[in-house]
Amino acid sequence: MKLTLKVWRQETKDAPGALQTYEVDDISPDYSFLEMLDMLNERLEEQGQRPVAFDHDCREGVCGACSMMVDGQAHGPQARTTTCQLHMREFTDGDTIVIEPWRATAFSIVQDLMVDRSAFDRIIQAGGFISVNTGSAPEANLMPIPKDVADDAFDAATCIGCGACVAQCPNGAAQLFTAAKIGHLSLLPQGQAERDTRAVSMVEQMESELFGSCSNFRECEAVCPKAISIDWIARMNRDYLRAKLKGVTRR
Amino acid sequence: MSSIVKKAIMAVSGFMLFGWIIGHMTGNLKVFQGAEKFNAYAEFLREMGAPLFPESGVLWLVRGTLTLALVLHVWSATSLTLINRRARDKDYETRKGVQLDYAARTMRWSGYLIAFYIVYHLMHLTWGNVHHNFVAGNPYANLVSGFQVVPIALVYIAANLLLGMHLYHGLWSMFQSLGLNHPSYNLWRRYFAVTFAVVVSLGFISVPVAVLTGLVS
Repeated sequence: MKLTLKVWRQETKDAPGALQTYEVDDISPDYSFLEMLDMLNERLEEQGQRPVAFDHDCREGVCGACSMMVDGQAHGPQARTTTCQLHMREFTDGDTIVIEPWRATAFSIVQDLMVDRSAFDRIIQAGGFISVNTGSAPEANLMPIPKDVADDAFDAATCIGCGACVAQCPNGAAQLFTAAKIGHLSLLPQGQAERDTRAVSMVEQMESELFGSCSNFRECEAVCPKAISIDWIARMNRDYLRAKLKGVTRR
Repeated sequence: MSSIVKKAIMAVSGFMLFGWIIGHMTGNLKVFQGAEKFNAYAEFLREMGAPLFPESGVLWLVRGTLTLALVLHVWSATSLTLINRRARDKDYETRKGVQLDYAARTMRWSGYLIAFYIVYHLMHLTWGNVHHNFVAGNPYANLVSGFQVVPIALVYIAANLLLGMHLYHGLWSMFQSLGLNHPSYNLWRRYFAVTFAVVVSLGFISVPVAVLTGLVS
């Protein structure tokens, strides 16, 4: 395959950036999208140019590191798929592909396609945990949890924190991420003790990171590689509003 | 104040406005029962609540509540818009909508246009200062002569199509914002929104259409 790539190149956080055009050929349809970028980088290095910086780690669709807008869609055109699991057979020979970094005020650009997603870490630090003494794992059957509840909690817990929801949202909102992280704990008995403070602390941390608000556009769930539903956002709204009515404040 | 609280304010104020819209639309349909019934209904609006409340007392209570709801609705929308603008300091060169629908994307503009329309509508049929032949105390005559001017009737029809679109997203969105969801009734939230968007829109539009076609004269 022969492709034209328009890649966002930016030296540092505050440097001006621009889309640069590259022609790549000999791309196998069996390459993953990241392997295609590896090929581009090899060729750039051969020519003495700086390779395109992008985040990647497991390349198995479970770590949440890869993060790029491919043709105006977070993680590209295939649903329920991270960029690393997107394959070049989804494209056609001769295509022009625009590749941009996640864009949100809360995600500053490190270089090229790499963004700083530590705002997500701070949301988790604000309350995305349960306070228990660690030790050996407890007996699994001590706490009976119905299968459907466990399954629902797991659906939310599959969030890999990639940030596609923020990237795709016209408002740059982090509601789907935050809702998933609040939701999987608020559904289980272990999460009840801190349920109210968790909802308040995480939501308010999210807002102090300058993420946007939810307009119920549903764009986040459409691009989420784990297909996490916006039902979780409604649940977060409910948890947050109830906690506020009780007068709960941030941790 | 959290954006979630602002969205809740938007949902509740929107629901109040929606409740009133249903009443207003139902009242408008009395135009099909003729001048006498319609004018009597208009008179009832002033007298409702009497003798417990003074003349026009309930009417002003409703007007006050609606104005407050409208102010809160517009305030929360504006405030959230500013938050959202700030959340993306640099926009994409390309971003595609995946399942973004037209009504959701244009809420802000349908909202602003409806606000302008409300002012025009009040000036036209309540205060009469932009009506070419306003007769105080005869709303039926004002309505008929007002809508016989084709461009004016078209403005009303267009504005109510916009209102239908605004309700299509808003009535569904309201449930999300207030955290009212459950797998057993999630689908009904959409049915509810579609039904009332269509009913409200067609209900209001039927009046200028009836005047234009001579059904009401």
